[in-house]
Formats: sequence, structure tokens, C-alpha cells
Amino acid sequence: MLIKFRTDKKGVKISGAKDMPPMPASLGLMNWNKTSSWRNLKPIIDYEKCIDCFICWKFCPEPAIKIVDERPVIDYDFCKGCMLCAEECPKDAIATEVEGK
Amino acid sequence: MKKTMIGNHAASWGAQLSRVQVIAAYPITPQTLIVEKLSEIVADGELDAKFIKVESEHSAMSACIGASATGARAYTATSAQGLALMHEMLHWAALARLPIVMTNVNRAMAPGWSIWADQNDSLSQRDTGMMHIFASSSQDILDSTIISYKVSEQVLLPTLISFDAFFLSHTMEVVDMPPITDVDKFLPPYNPEYKLDVNNPRSFGALTSEEHYYEFRYKMQNAMDDAVGLIKKEGREFEKLTGRYYDLVHSYKCEDADLIFVTSGTIAETTNVAVDELRKDGKKVGNLKIRVIRPYPKQDILKAVKNCSKIAVIDRNISCGYHGIFAQELKGALYNESDIPVWGYLAGIGGRDVKVDDIKEIADETFKSKKPVDMIMKGVKI
Repeated sequence: MLIKFRTDKKGVKISGAKDMPPMPASLGLMNWNKTSSWRNLKPIIDYEKCIDCFICWKFCPEPAIKIVDERPVIDYDFCKGCMLCAEECPKDAIATEVEGK
Repeated sequence: MKKTMIGNHAASWGAQLSRVQVIAAYPITPQTLIVEKLSEIVADGELDAKFIKVESEHSAMSACIGASATGARAYTATSAQGLALMHEMLHWAALARLPIVMTNVNRAMAPGWSIWADQNDSLSQRDTGMMHIFASSSQDILDSTIISYKVSEQVLLPTLISFDAFFLSHTMEVVDMPPITDVDKFLPPYNPEYKLDVNNPRSFGALTSEEHYYEFRYKMQNAMDDAVGLIKKEGREFEKLTGRYYDLVHSYKCEDADLIFVTSGTIAETTNVAVDELRKDGKKVGNLKIRVIRPYPKQDILKAVKNCSKIAVIDRNISCGYHGIFAQELKGALYNESDIPVWGYLAGIGGRDVKVDDIKEIADETFKSKKPVDMIMKGVKI
């Protein structure tokens, strides 16, 4: 990866022109193309209700849900907010938040 | 060494002196003689380069892009319809930041089918992100090719060198060829930081979301801004070797002029002659030749015209529905900065000859006119 990331005051990873090569070039990885800004709706897992069935992990088309310490965790760098996870959740454990009103 | 040669061959020898490593081209009148000569030069062993015969101009630029991405110095040449077919890849070369230098012999776009001089072909590529030079003599063509590689390889932007069909491409002039040992001192081998390399694989031009695309354009704009100073700096370095200086604009007797012509290409040279004759008649006129249109030399132009009271732009091109492109650009540069009125003239469209008397007529008309006009189509038969 040729693009470097900095961390802003809130701890969010960002990159700007000074972190980038002159041309769109990389090491063949696509993971610097973060898709989080495409998101209008943000799914939030309520871990009190979650039964760790991993149906959300299975259905996420991105896939932006990972398994961390035996629990489903949403990767907000890549989640596009399709809300399929919330639709499929048998326990209605995934709430919907509207992004950047 | 001084040699007599046509403008096309000045481009070929410019590429040879620049030690280009890959040439990919497709024939088209009036450019063909450039690559024809280069194929001879390569076959004769006077240049160590790969000459790729391709099936279209789109492929010619694509081959140059591939070559340049590996770190090779690439060259191509075309005209009119060929340049239009290349259009997609011109954007690609610029956005991929590949310092390809190419020549375009300005020829009228068809139909009606034409092979004669007209700037619309290359001005249609104005917004591709390439640096864009209008050469006005064979010497300018040869020297610009060498200087452009030096500038392009520092700012990582391609350069398009254009010149008028037949008036330059097929006309013989004396050209001073600098010794290749001098050129080697001026222009070191190209060795880019980022290139296609099997030992260090990278993807180039991959999917780039809105998170980074804007920033790549920002970097390109900065590179263009840097190019303004670099063209002057490398121009001065080149002057040390050859005694010839090339700036973004060249002003001729503009300092005390009441009326300044703004011209480009071969019309600029004719206008210099007209300026001398008009001065003999006591008319204070000057000529500002725009040699580089991208990056646009706004500050140089403002400085050159600041003392005059009228400007007459002569365009060998038209953006139908508005007017001459150099006139549009100049008015854009003057707006908010100056209130000098601008008269726009069209002349020489489709290769029609522009003579000294035509320029003198434009001067008379502009001196008499009280109100500026966007576009006066000189000599059009109605």
C-alpha cells in the first residue's frame, strides 16, 4: 500500500494528498479504498440482545462483519449501510442510525 | 550543427536527441514524416529504441502509456482525427502521471475532409491534463521536444507539442541541432520513483473511490502550478547550452504598444513581421505569442499587456457556439484583474493563409473600433 494513514483528533484514520503517491498506484491491495462514506444508514449491534448466531456475518454482502473474540463486529470502514444484517437478525439486535444528518 | 530540414523532421531529431526508448505511432497526414524519419533513424542504429507499429492512434498512446509506466522514455506523434482517437488515452496518460512527450501537427478536423492547418484538434485536448505547447518554428519544435522531457519528467505530466500543418510541417528551415553530448548533460535518463517492476509488483490506475480521487486531481493541479516555474528554469538551463530561451509567452515590442496582438503558432511569426511594418507607419503595436497554453501563463500575460489600451486576439480555431479559444482564455485571465478591452478575430481556419496585410487590416480595424467585439470572422465569404 502506498497511501499512508494519519489519525485525526477523534482517532479516526484519515489520508490526504500529502500521504498519497502522485498517481493512483498501490501494492495491488484495494483495502485503502474505504467505502464508509457511501453509507447513509449505520447498523449498530446491541450485544445484550445478540445471541452470536452469526446470521448477520453470513448475510453481509461486503463482507464488513468480522468475527472478533467469538462475537460479530461491524467494520465501519467498509460497511455501506445496506442494513441486510438488521433485516436478517432473528433477535432484532441491530439498530439503525441515520448518518451525518 | 546547422541543418536544413522540414518541421516534421525537427520533431524526429528532437526525439532522437532526447534518446527516446519507445516509439509507437500510426501514420496520418501531415504527421507521417515524423515517424517515418524516426523509423529510419532507429533502423540506421542512430537511436537505441523500440519502434512499435500499431493499428491505431488509440493503441499508439496505449503502448506509450505501458512503456512509460515501466520507466521508459516514450514518444508518439499524430494529427487531427488521430489525436481525437487518442483522446481517451490522453486523459489516462495525464492522470497516471506519465511524462510522455508527443507531437501533434495541427490539422483541421473533418468533415469536410481536410489536411490543412487548424488548431481545433489539439485545443479539444485542452482539459486532458497534458501540458500544451504551440511551437512556431522548426527550431522551436526540436528544442521544445528536449526541454519538454526534462519538465515532464519532473512534474510527471505528459506534454503535447503542436505546430501548424504544412506552414511548418512541410516547410524547410535551418535548424541548429545541439550536439547529443550537450543534450545528455541537460537531460539525464528517466528514472521514476514509481514504475511497473516485476520485482516490486504494484497495481497502477486501480479503482479509486471518491475518498482519494479528488486528492489525485489536487496533486495534478499542484504539478501544473509547479510546471510554470520549471518551464522557465529549464528554459534558462537550455539557454546556457544553446543560447536559445523558450518562455511560456514571448512578447515582441509590447512594452510601449497601444495595441497588442495575442497570437500563437505560425501566425505569431507573421504578426512579428506585421508589427515591424506597422511600427514603420508610426503605429505602436506589439505581439504577444502564447507558446504554452497549459499551464496557462496568466501572470506573464497580465505583465506583458499591462500598459496597452487594446488587445486583438487572432485565433486559428473556433469553439462553435462561443468564439475563438485563445480569446476566451485571455478574457478569463483579464477578468477581475484588468479592464483592457479585447477584440477577438478568427483567421486561417482550415489552413487559409494569413498574410502580413491581413494582420495590418486587423490592426486598422481594431484602432478604429470603439467597442470590443467577441468574434470577428475575418475573410469569411458570405
